[in-house]
Amino acid sequence: MNNIQSISVFWPELTLVITAIVVIMLDLIYSRKDSNRLKWWAIAGIVVAFWILISGFDQSAKSLFFRQVAFDPFSTFFKQLILVATGFILFVIPRTRDFANYRMGEFYTLILIMVFGMFLLVSAIDMIMVYLSLEIVSITSFILAGYMKMDKRSNEAALKYVIYGAFSSGLMLFGFSLLFGLTGYTNFHDISRELVALNGSANLALIVSAVLILAGFGYKISAVPFHFWTPDVYEGAPTPVTAFLSVAPKAAGFGVLIRFFNDVFLQLNVGDIPALPWPMIIAILSVATMTLGNLVALQQTSVKRMLAYSTIAHAGYMMMGIPILSQDGYFGIMIYLVMYMFMNLGAFFVVIAVQNRFGDDSIESFTKLGWKMPFLGVVMTVFMFSLTGLPPTAGFIGKFYLFAAVIKAGPEYYWLVFAGLINSIISLYYYLRIVKVMFLRGERVEILEYPSKTLTTLLICLAVPAIILGVYWAPIADWVRNSLILYTNTL
Amino acid sequence: MDTMYLSWLVWLPVAGMVVIAFIPRDKTEIIKTVAAVATGLQVWVAILLWLDFDSASGTIQFAEKLAWIPSFNIFYHLGVDGLSLPMVMLTPILSFLAVFVSWKTDRAVKGYFTLFLLLDTGMIGVFLALDFFLFYVFWEVMLLPMYFLIGIWGGPKREYAAIKFFLFTLFGSVLMLVAILALYFYCGQTFDMLVLIDTAPMALDGVLWWGISAIKVIWILLFIGFAIKVPVFPFHTWLPLAHVEAPTAISVILAGVLLKLGVYGLLRVNYGMLPDGVMWFAGAIAFLGLVNVIWGGLCALAQTDLKKLVAYSSINHMGYALIGMAAVIAASSANGSNFGAAEAGLTGAVFQMFNHGTISAMLFILVGVIYDRAHHRDINGFGGLAKQMPIFTAVAGVAFFAGLGLPGMSGFVSEFMCFVGAFPVFRTIVIISAFGILLNAAYFLWAFQRIFFGELNEKYTKLPDINGRELFAVIPLAVITILLGVYPGPFLDMIKETMTVIIDQVVIWGDMAVLP
Repeated sequence: MNNIQSISVFWPELTLVITAIVVIMLDLIYSRKDSNRLKWWAIAGIVVAFWILISGFDQSAKSLFFRQVAFDPFSTFFKQLILVATGFILFVIPRTRDFANYRMGEFYTLILIMVFGMFLLVSAIDMIMVYLSLEIVSITSFILAGYMKMDKRSNEAALKYVIYGAFSSGLMLFGFSLLFGLTGYTNFHDISRELVALNGSANLALIVSAVLILAGFGYKISAVPFHFWTPDVYEGAPTPVTAFLSVAPKAAGFGVLIRFFNDVFLQLNVGDIPALPWPMIIAILSVATMTLGNLVALQQTSVKRMLAYSTIAHAGYMMMGIPILSQDGYFGIMIYLVMYMFMNLGAFFVVIAVQNRFGDDSIESFTKLGWKMPFLGVVMTVFMFSLTGLPPTAGFIGKFYLFAAVIKAGPEYYWLVFAGLINSIISLYYYLRIVKVMFLRGERVEILEYPSKTLTTLLICLAVPAIILGVYWAPIADWVRNSLILYTNTL
Repeated sequence: MDTMYLSWLVWLPVAGMVVIAFIPRDKTEIIKTVAAVATGLQVWVAILLWLDFDSASGTIQFAEKLAWIPSFNIFYHLGVDGLSLPMVMLTPILSFLAVFVSWKTDRAVKGYFTLFLLLDTGMIGVFLALDFFLFYVFWEVMLLPMYFLIGIWGGPKREYAAIKFFLFTLFGSVLMLVAILALYFYCGQTFDMLVLIDTAPMALDGVLWWGISAIKVIWILLFIGFAIKVPVFPFHTWLPLAHVEAPTAISVILAGVLLKLGVYGLLRVNYGMLPDGVMWFAGAIAFLGLVNVIWGGLCALAQTDLKKLVAYSSINHMGYALIGMAAVIAASSANGSNFGAAEAGLTGAVFQMFNHGTISAMLFILVGVIYDRAHHRDINGFGGLAKQMPIFTAVAGVAFFAGLGLPGMSGFVSEFMCFVGAFPVFRTIVIISAFGILLNAAYFLWAFQRIFFGELNEKYTKLPDINGRELFAVIPLAVITILLGVYPGPFLDMIKETMTVIIDQVVIWGDMAVLP
């Protein structure tokens, strides 16, 4: 579609941009004390964008802005997921003690711009667009990570994030330029067509460019060996930001990763062209990611840092769905992302509640939590078991679909399944350590404590799906199945 | 047949949980009563089920099937047959009695009984589930409450025991998950266990993974998963720890029900769906059974902690069941089509499961009784208790002699059947494991003698005898043990028909199988 026609299906994105502008204007009017009221404007923007997204227009797959971005059920799925995660974050921000002394107007603006960037990222079908949207997401997240400017660790987080971000996007850009040099196009589908025409004659250059591009995406989803920023940034950034970074950009990163490799490289592996070993590279990275994440998480004493490593491990599990080159794998990743959103946000929200009450997130703060604050203890247990992947929780369903997809692909990838399962067992140990300190030591406490009403509500909204979706997930499965339609070029 | 016995059995404890959730945490008596009522009703339903059960049929009865997640062919499918019925009877009985055993719990009573009822649902669900996915979910649902029940209410080393139990079992169950998914995709995308029993042997015929028959690989994956629960040597190391550290009622459940899940799973899944593999692996099962008998017996003999002794006796006793299970290959044509032996072995194994459930439960309850009074379990620290606690001694006598397999007690019948069945095919193993019986008798008698006979320890002259509540928990089990020892006929008939079906399955497929 041309630019004018494209506007008509671009309203969700436009809503976000308009809201961002409105919020930053209103920030000038509100006093510092009232700046949290801007939350409602941001939430309104999110709700309207969501509503337009699901009801506004014809959902059939098409390309917009002269084949810069695609509009298809696949991208709509990720957009919805990102909006829901953002909604949770927006509600928790005013309840975070870390932010008590900061002016929050810019914060909401930045979040909205970041959501806009992620919208573009999951629908981009052109390398230029991928790069631009990735940078929008990255730069806003640098600022968000360093938002507590009086806090040294927050500053450190932002700085590290910038350096790693610049480095990996440079690598990605180099990979893109190689692809452009080989084919002369920036659009995914044009590139794919030209690559098939190359008929395996430039495989070395191709594999180099695939690895370099993977650096950029791997950085977003924090896959080994591009994960080094993750623990420090996640630990230093304000906890709501950490929760957000661990869910939304990761989902967006998976969206673009799936789309890029599906659109550009998949054709090379179906014909009789000498195959590129990129699926094997991703499979190996997947195992490395989950293993490193889990093994290092074992030794952490800060729960926030432990969860940071655990998100690395989860990225590793999800990456298992890519190398098998089938829709089942994408299906597994997408259903995992839904489940992951609930349980991971939940775990970080409990950390926020504990930080609000005890001032830090070390494992000592969690000691006897189940006896002192039973509600927090119970929901944290739900999230920990869900992250481990034990039935009947949402995490199990995510893992189940991923493993099922890999097993369906046949015996050559069984080693991947075993690696994933062994890792699940390892992860049990550190998730259970939190449960252990919360419950296994401790005595009856006469007066029980509860977190604030908003946090309680939010935690219920996350914990209930974390269990219910483990028992009855048919609606989610249907939603994901209907979303598994990627725009394919017909030109 | 549209009485929904099975759903009642599964969901009654959950209903109890929900009720308990609304009771304030200080009303402990009410909470305990609710737990007792929920499990009591479960016993009642189990008895109704047993009365309605048709022993002449070897197929699934009272089946219930509802669509759950149709897009992945997952069903809520329950059913009972002669293999599961003994365990479906045993689970509510032991749960009900365990509520009374744990009546004196005073630490976080609300949490305790909530988790306990969840555990109950998980256990009975595994025995009733006929959908593999449902089976797996119930199988894993047991882990969480068990972790907490050992970890919060257990003994001094409870944290280590709880995590070790959890890690071992999870290791086994993830291997099982791979096997379940492999079966799903190779056998027409179904989790229905009854369909898989029909289709799996054919569908997996000739499938090779890395040059090995897929049947062998799946068999091993499932076997490890179940063997950890049985537990089969060398996967048994979690057991003594967990059994000793767990509170009495939970030890009763662990020994009485959880160990049976392993044998049940092997018979239901491995024997049913991978019959070709049985011929290949039966020798190993018999051998591992022998190791269990001897190893468990020797370890039990060396213990000074009475609870540990009982724990090791479980390993010893499950060995007999394994040997009985292996006897199934007597029915193959290569072994002279000795169907009688195969039937005796398998029926004996299932009967042994049930008997060990009642006997070890009794033993653990009695250990708990004495521990509550003396606050230690050192066998050498007692002596002469027979004079001080005559009723306790009498009941303990029944339990100990049942444990060592005295004729007239149910344990004797089942052990004898296991040996009779296995003798034609595994002559050496049976002869050697007869020494295991000697060990078995030795450790029980020796412990009995040290505790109850000789000089009364000065410290214990004021020890009160067993009280009414404790007797109420033990007497039903003692009655069952003696009753089944004297007149096991109807009970065996109930099991037998189903065993015939399993034997046919193994023989039909096993006779022609040559697995690469």
